[in-house]
Amino acid sequence: MKEPNDIIIRSVAKVAVVIIFTFAINLFISGHHYPGGGFIGGLAFASAVILLFLTFDIETVRKNIPLDFKMVAAIGVLIAVLTGLGSLLFDVPFLSQAFGYFYLPIFGKTELATAVLFDIGVALAVIGTALTIIMSIGDDR
Amino acid sequence: MSWLHLLILAPFIFAIFVPFLYKKMNQRIHTGWFVLLIPLILFFYLFTFIPEISSGNTRTATLPWLPAYDINFTIYVDGLSLLFALIIAGIGALVVLYSIYYMSKHREALHNFYVYLLMFMGAMLGLVFSDNIFVLYVFWELTSVSSFLLIAYWYQREKSRYGAQKSMLITIFGGLSMLAGFIMLSMIADTYSIRTLISSETLNTNTLFIPAMILILIGAFTKSAQFPFSIWLPDAMEAPTPISAYLHSATMVKAGIYLVARLTPVFGGEAVWFWLVSGIGLITLLYGSINAVRQTDLKALLAYSTISQLGLIMSLLGMGSGALYFGYGDESFVYAVAIFAAIFHLLNHATFKGSLFMVVGIIDHETGTRDIRKLGGLMHLMPISFTLTVIGGFAMAGLPPFNGFLSKEMFFTAVLNTAEKSIFNLDTLGFLFPIIAWVASVFTFIYSMILVFKTFRRKPTFVRVDKQVHEAPIGMLLSPMILGTLVVALFFFPNVASKYLLTPAWESVLPTLAGDLSIKISPWHGFNTELMMTMGVVVFGTIMYRFLKKWYGLYDYYPDSLTINHFYNLGLQSLEAISEKTTNRYMTGFIRDYLVYIFAFIIVVVGGALWKFGGVVINHSTDAHVNVYEAGIIVAMVISAVTVLFSKSRMTSVIAVGALGFLVSFLFVLFRAPDLALTQLVVETVTTVLFLLCFYHLPELRKEMSRIPFKVTNALISIGVGVIVTIVALSANGTRLFDSISTYYENSYKLAGAKNIVNAILVDFRGVDTMLEILVLTMAGLGVYTLIKLKSEGRDKDEGAE
Repeated sequence: MKEPNDIIIRSVAKVAVVIIFTFAINLFISGHHYPGGGFIGGLAFASAVILLFLTFDIETVRKNIPLDFKMVAAIGVLIAVLTGLGSLLFDVPFLSQAFGYFYLPIFGKTELATAVLFDIGVALAVIGTALTIIMSIGDDR
Repeated sequence: MSWLHLLILAPFIFAIFVPFLYKKMNQRIHTGWFVLLIPLILFFYLFTFIPEISSGNTRTATLPWLPAYDINFTIYVDGLSLLFALIIAGIGALVVLYSIYYMSKHREALHNFYVYLLMFMGAMLGLVFSDNIFVLYVFWELTSVSSFLLIAYWYQREKSRYGAQKSMLITIFGGLSMLAGFIMLSMIADTYSIRTLISSETLNTNTLFIPAMILILIGAFTKSAQFPFSIWLPDAMEAPTPISAYLHSATMVKAGIYLVARLTPVFGGEAVWFWLVSGIGLITLLYGSINAVRQTDLKALLAYSTISQLGLIMSLLGMGSGALYFGYGDESFVYAVAIFAAIFHLLNHATFKGSLFMVVGIIDHETGTRDIRKLGGLMHLMPISFTLTVIGGFAMAGLPPFNGFLSKEMFFTAVLNTAEKSIFNLDTLGFLFPIIAWVASVFTFIYSMILVFKTFRRKPTFVRVDKQVHEAPIGMLLSPMILGTLVVALFFFPNVASKYLLTPAWESVLPTLAGDLSIKISPWHGFNTELMMTMGVVVFGTIMYRFLKKWYGLYDYYPDSLTINHFYNLGLQSLEAISEKTTNRYMTGFIRDYLVYIFAFIIVVVGGALWKFGGVVINHSTDAHVNVYEAGIIVAMVISAVTVLFSKSRMTSVIAVGALGFLVSFLFVLFRAPDLALTQLVVETVTTVLFLLCFYHLPELRKEMSRIPFKVTNALISIGVGVIVTIVALSANGTRLFDSISTYYENSYKLAGAKNIVNAILVDFRGVDTMLEILVLTMAGLGVYTLIKLKSEGRDKDEGAE
């Protein structure tokens, strides 16, 4: 969307985006015990992609991330609903979450929670929606 | 899910496959052949019920639907519903067979036609089998919808659309009032089940009893085209003829009759019910038969005759309801015969009217016109059609040896019996019953003769150059022939039908008398008053038919401006005009106006509630101290908010709004809410980008030149909203109605295995909220996408259509 001569922002963005992505994933995973979670992680992830839009043009980003973000949002909602339905299989109310502690090879004693699955849905829905809106508006000529 | 449920759902399920069958197979095989299977299977399956039901048993099956509200898909098969279901499936099969020849597979959109038809069939079966009143209501409205779609099948025609809209408006109006009646009834009896309603004893002492009855009757009367709601039926004749034969004479219009019969045990024995049902029925009978004589279109004639016959059945049900006044006794059996006559005539009407409609369709198909003035002399060209018309027409006129004669005689018996009674003040007005019945029968005779002789005798006057008029193909004649055979067979063997079909139905209308109801139908019962009345009808009718030309002009004296149709059109026009004017007054198209409505509403409702319930409680006692950082951030927030108001360029406003957002997130940090702060930060980043993107498209910010009142309104509204929201926030802090629930969430590590309470709330404790939120978010995103991406294409298309 701009003339491609912003050397500084481009160089910075290339590094920054990776850092933001990592941070977003960290936010997402730490959500269970520390600040973060699906919503924030998703939005942070989306903001990294938005930074790419601002730095490079939409076409380039679309070529490198060939995802239909409407689908991403829809899949996110679907995952969230399915995890809800999944609890019906165990004869507990809709969207009941479960958690447990397991001993995994490298991580040692680890907590695994079904809430993470649900949170993945939330994150995908947020990423998909944010990017759908931004891309639609930014793309509108 | 039982076979019974599948029976109702089968047409719906099959309808899903119809478009595929049409697409793949229609070139070779007419889609109708596949569809035909469904009513045939249903008919034979229902037929196997007859032995069980006729021996007095019933069947039920329940499928939970909304068990929490006690609304279940309960199917109840008894004599009455089985008789209706057999008519629905039987006539349905014949109509589909007929339509295979009537509807051209090359020119017509058959997939639409059969999908609607199957939808109707399923809805109608559901209607008669439902035990739950709300399930019944759903199916009731579904029949209205499918009728609407079928009337508007040739939607290119102005008249089809008009007729469809009219039938929709009237029957849905009736359906809604019926729903209100059902709700009242369920409030009185505290049940949704018709069977429980019937067995409830003391309903009639409740003050809601009569309103519920009247509302339900409005539903039944609109559906069954009773005066004055009958006007939709003649216009419904714009539907293809198979549909007119099926929906608008044999089945759907009988839904009202079904409902009245079904609820007779609940309401019967009440004077209001007696007078409304029999009175409206008789008026409809007279109105329909008199109007039928003046029609020049064969289908319109049949439509009015259907109205009149429906009135006849309705009035019989009304008269028969008197049986329940007496409880159990000889008197009640005298009245009960009227109910039997109603059921018998219902079956007879389905047979002869169905065949007549099909024959009229044949005439229309072969000659290209339905105008009586143009038709004539078809007797030699179409001998089979002529025979069928004679059978149907004479049955309709109530002549032997056709089934109409039997039920007509019973009708006369019923009116004569009623006239002699003295309950419900019958001694004052009762004498009118036989008179109206007789006069209407004379007119019925006349229009039946018009139908038979004006179409088939005389010299042919129609001009049809492109092809020779000849008899229809055998496939088209088959259905009316089967019905015609039934017309004759029912005359000679009425007691077979009575034993297996009619008496069980009769017993389910009058459950208190069940077991002792029996009747022997015989064509000849000596020279009694009924026979004299029939002979009078024939003699007088023949004379009037001969001199039709002499008195036909009388109809022209009735002014058009007094017809119900005129009032309907006038009402519709003014309704449209008024609603358009009202809507245009407030739907201005300016966003500013809409915001004014929304905010004014918030001020009035929230402010009003605060004032009325004394919600303004401002309590500072528990507040923490304000430290210097907080004060600084608040001051900065105020400054950036004011900057937005007075900035000269958009860029400044965008930056100021962004600054405001970031300041809020600082506030969250100060209050030690890291989750909120993080969210606010990221949201603010994304929003600012969004603003910048939109900014690209927006025009320069200009100094707004507007009138003072405009600005004053804006200022008032914004200050009002600000004040209200502030008061709400402060009052919320000052009011403690309940103990805080946060202690529960503090157990999040034990309950959800999460140390982060906020996240545990989001994904676990209040997970459903989150799920719906992301759903809303996604829908909003798709909404933005649709608005932006599809707007140009959509607009072009719309303009192309106009």
